[in-house]
Amino acid sequence: MSALDVGQALPRRRMEVLPALTPLLVALVAAPFIGSLSTFVTLTAAGLAMGMMIFTMASGLTLVFGMMDVLNFGHGAFIALGAYAASLVLLPLANWSSADSFWANLAVFILAALAAAVISGAFGFVFERLIVKPVYGQHLKQILATIGGAIIAEQLLYALFGPAQIPLTLPRTFEGSFVFGDAAIEKYRVLATLVGLAVFAGEMLVLNRTRIGLLVRAGVENREMVEALGYRVDRLFVAVFMAGSALAGLGGAMMALYRGQAHGSMGGEFLVLCFIVIIIGGLGSVGGSFIASILVALIANYAGFLVPKLALVSNILAMVVVLLWRPRGLYPVSGR
Amino acid sequence: MSAALTLEGVHTHIGRYHILQGVDFDAPAGRTTMLLGRNGAGKTTTLRTVMGLWRASKGRIALGTTPLQILRASDVARLGVGYAPETMALFSDLSVKENLVLGARSGPLDDARLAWIFSYFPALKTFWLSRAGALSGGQKQMLSIARAIVEPRQLLLIDEPTKGLAPAIVGSLIACLNEIKATGVTILMVEQNFRVAREVGDEVRVMDNGRIVHRGPMAELAADEDLQNRLLGLSLDSHQ
Repeated sequence: MSALDVGQALPRRRMEVLPALTPLLVALVAAPFIGSLSTFVTLTAAGLAMGMMIFTMASGLTLVFGMMDVLNFGHGAFIALGAYAASLVLLPLANWSSADSFWANLAVFILAALAAAVISGAFGFVFERLIVKPVYGQHLKQILATIGGAIIAEQLLYALFGPAQIPLTLPRTFEGSFVFGDAAIEKYRVLATLVGLAVFAGEMLVLNRTRIGLLVRAGVENREMVEALGYRVDRLFVAVFMAGSALAGLGGAMMALYRGQAHGSMGGEFLVLCFIVIIIGGLGSVGGSFIASILVALIANYAGFLVPKLALVSNILAMVVVLLWRPRGLYPVSGR
Repeated sequence: MSAALTLEGVHTHIGRYHILQGVDFDAPAGRTTMLLGRNGAGKTTTLRTVMGLWRASKGRIALGTTPLQILRASDVARLGVGYAPETMALFSDLSVKENLVLGARSGPLDDARLAWIFSYFPALKTFWLSRAGALSGGQKQMLSIARAIVEPRQLLLIDEPTKGLAPAIVGSLIACLNEIKATGVTILMVEQNFRVAREVGDEVRVMDNGRIVHRGPMAELAADEDLQNRLLGLSLDSHQ
């Protein structure tokens, strides 16, 4: 008998399906009101792309909050840092971006994404050691310390890169749209969706198929027992924080490219959205954040088209409705 | 008989509460030492302090000659100390298999040891891929103990393992613990069920108000009802 074979004929654990279907239900409800199929497709594709970028930024926050019980209001700083880090690659390699070569365009995009993730991850290490570590277990101090850290980080970014927005241009291959009948889907949105899906798949693979992932999931529930089993939770914390920061940086770079500019205020702008997403998804749940990101982005897009004034509060309304239905979020994690 | 675990003048504070007030005892190597006492006597705190989950504010704890009081819980565990807490502390969102995989810190699960565990706790095989949080109370207790013994240990700290277990399973647990003991593992166990304590224990240490008030062979305490009443009070009768 092999340990891996034991009980393979037994039923596997079931996942609740309904919360995962909420984005689809929202789309089905919105479709008749939108009327035009091409508009619906365009809005939905844009929503998916936005959702994937939000997910990339928010998934790190949910892991950090879920596992480390840290209210990191400094998460936004990594988003902004990622945007600036991408500019460090995109600006000097502007000729690669503008080249009429798919491979050169792809290479500069990958390099920019890597730079954003690596630099943000490295800054995450410093941030965790200097700002977060002294306030473990003290939520009020965490809020104050991480907000302070975020302000310092933002001002440092302005000091290093200047107060003005840094314009970024998309690599040539990712400019323009795919046109299907009357519907137009921007190429970059397709790329953002693919990157978000890859990030999600990678996270789920690591969390479910590796010992490190098991430890992270176990740590979200009960850090003390993980330590009592012989694992150094503090080292795991640093690794999770760095990974969360790297993901925020990657998301920031993606968002900056989408907007065509990098600016220090991006962090604060998306931080609230990230918190809404991880609350809707269930604190500590990566899968929940994934669904919540799509849900929030789709609702914002549909509301923006149908009732523009409602778009301003659509995220908050979505959170209220979800929490009335499932007070601990779409996919609550045990012990949270 | 050498002592595997020694506590000398151990004090533990939790917040402003002074829980352990100079605990002195040893747990002989290869034997099962029962830690008995009324609720609130400090038994669980003693186990947690040995495990490094609460820091001793004073005193000395040693596993063989290795001092434990300066180590963090992960380092204590790496010395071969297994811990099954009273709360079970299972990872509810992880499957039975995943809980045991994490228990086997030094490598992959050993098939032979797994088969041995299943022979005592067959429910774990039945629910191998189920969420630990979906198990019944008794099954969770089995999993907690299985996780503590999924690898060979030098010392096992077990806190009220029979709580919530059906009598038939208690029998399996007793047999399992006796077999573990036969392999030379030292066991320090907190137990409220005196019948179980009598069957499993070789030695007994009784606590009251954060101190050890009695130490000796289990058989001696089991044979002396007056001593039982004096040390453990009337509450003991209800457990027999």
